[in-house]
Amino acid sequence: MTEHVVVVGGGMVAHRFVEALRARDTARAFTVTVLAEEDRAPYDRVALSAFFSGTAPDDLALGDPTLWSDGSVDLRLGSAVTALDRGSRTVTTAGGEVVGYDHLVLATGSYAWVPPLPGADLPGVFVYRTVQDVVALRDWVHARAAELDRPVRGAVVGGGLLGLEAAGALHGLGAHTTVVEFAPRLMALQVDEGGGATLRRIVEGLGVTVRTGAASEAVEAGPDGRVGGLRLTGDDAALPVDVVVVATGVRPRDELAAPAGLATGQRGGVLVDDHCRTADERVWAVGEVANIQGRCLGLVAPGYSMAEIVADRLLGGEATFPGADLSTKLKLLGVDVASFGDAFGQAPGALEIVHSDPVAGTYKKLVLSDDARVLLGGILVGDASGYAALRPMVGAELGSDPALWLLPEDAGARPRTELPDAAQVCSCNGVSAGEVRASVAEGCHDLPAVKACTRAGTSCGSCVPLVRKLMAVSLAEAGLAVSSAMCEHFAMARAELFNAVMVSGLRRWSEIVGRFGTGRGCDICKPAVASVLASLYDEHVLAEDRAALQDTNDRVMANLQKDGTYSVVPRVPGGEILPDQLLLIGQVAKDFGLYTKITGGQRIDLFGARLEQLPAIWQRLVDGGMESGHAYGKALRTVKSCVGSSWCRYGVQDSVGLAVMLELRYRGLRSPHKIKLGVSGCARECAEARGKDVGLIATENGWNVHVGGNGGFTPRHAELLVEDVDTETAVRVVDRYLMYYVRTADRLQRTAVWQADHEGGLERIREIVVDDVLGLGADLDAQMARHVESYEDEWAAVLRDPERLAQFASFVNAPDTPDPTLAYVEERGQRRPATDAERAAGPVLIASTTLEVRS
Amino acid sequence: MTAVAARPGLVDLCALDRLVPDLGVAALVGDEQVAVFRLADGSVHAVGNLDPYSGAAVMSRGITGSRGEVPTIASPVYKQVFSLVDGQCLDAVGMDPRPGRGPDLPVYGVRVDHGRVLLDPRPVR
Ligand SMILES: Cc1cc2nc3c(=O)[nH]c(=O)nc-3n(C[C@H](O)[C@H](O)[C@H](O)COP(=O)(O)OP(=O)(O)OC[C@H]3O[C@@H](n4cnc5c(N)ncnc54)[C@H](O)[C@@H]3O)c2cc1C
Repeated sequence: MTEHVVVVGGGMVAHRFVEALRARDTARAFTVTVLAEEDRAPYDRVALSAFFSGTAPDDLALGDPTLWSDGSVDLRLGSAVTALDRGSRTVTTAGGEVVGYDHLVLATGSYAWVPPLPGADLPGVFVYRTVQDVVALRDWVHARAAELDRPVRGAVVGGGLLGLEAAGALHGLGAHTTVVEFAPRLMALQVDEGGGATLRRIVEGLGVTVRTGAASEAVEAGPDGRVGGLRLTGDDAALPVDVVVVATGVRPRDELAAPAGLATGQRGGVLVDDHCRTADERVWAVGEVANIQGRCLGLVAPGYSMAEIVADRLLGGEATFPGADLSTKLKLLGVDVASFGDAFGQAPGALEIVHSDPVAGTYKKLVLSDDARVLLGGILVGDASGYAALRPMVGAELGSDPALWLLPEDAGARPRTELPDAAQVCSCNGVSAGEVRASVAEGCHDLPAVKACTRAGTSCGSCVPLVRKLMAVSLAEAGLAVSSAMCEHFAMARAELFNAVMVSGLRRWSEIVGRFGTGRGCDICKPAVASVLASLYDEHVLAEDRAALQDTNDRVMANLQKDGTYSVVPRVPGGEILPDQLLLIGQVAKDFGLYTKITGGQRIDLFGARLEQLPAIWQRLVDGGMESGHAYGKALRTVKSCVGSSWCRYGVQDSVGLAVMLELRYRGLRSPHKIKLGVSGCARECAEARGKDVGLIATENGWNVHVGGNGGFTPRHAELLVEDVDTETAVRVVDRYLMYYVRTADRLQRTAVWQADHEGGLERIREIVVDDVLGLGADLDAQMARHVESYEDEWAAVLRDPERLAQFASFVNAPDTPDPTLAYVEERGQRRPATDAERAAGPVLIASTTLEVRS
Repeated sequence: MTAVAARPGLVDLCALDRLVPDLGVAALVGDEQVAVFRLADGSVHAVGNLDPYSGAAVMSRGITGSRGEVPTIASPVYKQVFSLVDGQCLDAVGMDPRPGRGPDLPVYGVRVDHGRVLLDPRPVR
């Protein structure tokens, strides 16, 4: 018999609970109903601020959406529970629905607490907790900006974690922002005075005003009845503001408990024991609403532990809350802040080592045991790169010179200390170093495999560098060194090879393999070298001795199909095509008996061309003003566009014009993997640009540039690189992004993976290609300019060259005889390769020789 | 027409000059298709042109290389690697050959005489 679990609340912890129960309840002993007040499926609240850098609310959704369509889970959105009756074991929703339960899990989280501040109910005052809140905030700031003829002025009440997130949002929206904090420093709960001072300097350096030790007295209305000012105690005049965000903390949503006779803590929260159970054995509480071990915990990691515990207990397990790890690592306004363990040195006799560098804007503190050996905790501001390595060391000895741990990670001085198996590596998912090691021993030999198997690094991702290191060490110990070698002939990865070839200036295969490799090469390294040479020198794919390095597709500039024939795709820039060219393609297809299909990239693919037919087909297309579409290459494929402002009622920019320009600019650009672009003329995004490696989406003022998307096996949405830039800037940013990718990505590594694996991720890439922190900009620009300059149509070039044309013979001793093994059947009015069974049946076949050119 | 005193049974395929180093060509010998390669070291090899894993006649269009000391050819379709010396499949990349076919390529005797490439049409193995 199945039992019914009702979960109240559809937040992060509720999601984790359902996921854990579904994963472990293999016998399907439980059905689950989730009653969620918000009208969207559980989302990543921790990443809420990503909304302001372009992440659509739908992309914040947590986990695999199929969880909710699993027949035994019922997620009801917009269903707030208003009453709990433990006697009849039912809950009642605001809509009057009564739902019975066998087990009840309260996962109602917290609400944003607003202090009794006069004027806090004026239009223009916001809190920062839900998707609805951030959408409303953005709309308000945009509307005010449009009305006022000056930048919007905003204040954030509260200088803690949430306040700084909100300040980052306001700042990002272009508002002049002031943070008002009652305590003498920012983030008083997480950092000490020194850390607070560093944080303040960095935040102020970004142009955000900070007022600490300041009490907010009232929000004042302007003449129009909307927010006009924020009055601070002791100030003569109110701070003039157009928007206020109140971020003064959160309070547990425990309102169902008391009327139902369940105890709550003095400062709120549903009281539970170490198993997350209330006094009623059928009622549990998890996440921020639970008051466990005497307090409510405002972080997601302990909430996840609680979710796992209840799932385990329902299934008869013995899991017990291990105590909360309140370590956090955050990026606020672009500043890294981490605090872990006993950050304030409260243990008796605790010692502190502090390293503060006002020039670099970093503050680092380690708290050590009284003998200065054991790490107890620490605070890192400005550079938290040591967090992943340090946090798991809490409780362990740091070696003889703990101060070395405060040096930048890449200084190389950091002692090599073995992490104990029990050390927790991923606190979000409770994964220990031992579990990561075990997964390697069980056959996970790369990062994706380790992540999938242990779940380490799948939530906030801050432990990924550490997980990678642990994996590398375990692999090495097992004699399975993580090799970046491309193949047996080259011990280096593509990016290193790229540099080696660039610096050496070598251009011939024999010289390159002689100098940097061994043997005769293979089908892995030869095309890689060819691609590097193509990216560096913009010469014909068949230049010098390069033909033999290319895959057949690049060698014959067409796409090999399963029967050994090829498909031909002429370029149709931006999907814009002249009627005469459509007619030409149709006529060529008829004359050569080619199967035709429209591609996803807005062009036309002609299938079934034999090697020896290719030059004749190209000649016809080239004569008609068409050229190679590079559908065969690891190169730019297409720039897809919607029809844009020239015809569309909604278009705000000329998307076709830009797409054509970009396609002509990047055509022929050789890259580690194929690249696709998209350009949409308005936010409706009809070109599906965010599914492309580079997607430009029109705004009222220009373009938003998204990068790193793709379809295929692992679809990814592109992420925002720059916002609201003019066309010239957009093109320069895309130039550099693509060139930097071409230079540094691994063989067959798509932009999405490249950008995720890049040290420092997209943010670092943005610094390099937008802010030019490495000073590479001019070089990347010049390389792209050279590419654009030297472009030539590969087909036309072959047609002019009798030596290369000689390679397009079917047989060296019978150059025009078609491959006799080809055979076709007709289907829906066109031909396709015959199957083995059809071949055996014989007479229905169309032999390829019957498909000769009609004169 | 170049007069070549071909040994009985040998088929004259083409001039050696016609073979670009490391770029294969296909040849039609009776009903059989043969893939012929001239490697960078000057040696000439011939194997069956039919790829046993895809069934397509494409081996001549693969990429040459080496595994250890063994010169190889990789299928352009699914990338299986074969020895050019004995035709043996060195890496099946986890696939099975098409029904009715063995995993390896037939190998043909080939030699260069007076600048001509001559093939013995009976496979060596
Ligand atoms: C901007 C921001 C940044 C943050 N950053 C971090 C961070 O970096 N690290 C970190 O650890 N934590 C962070 N947090 C905190 C983290 O989001 C919370 O700890 C986490 O969301 C708690 O999960 P929960 O499920 O307990 O509550 P919630 O995610 O709040 O979910 C509770 C849900 O229950 C619903 N609900 C409430 N009452 C009812 C009812 N009666 N009936 C039906 N539904 C109800 C609510 O509408 C809500 O959707 C951040 C929070 C915010 C707002």
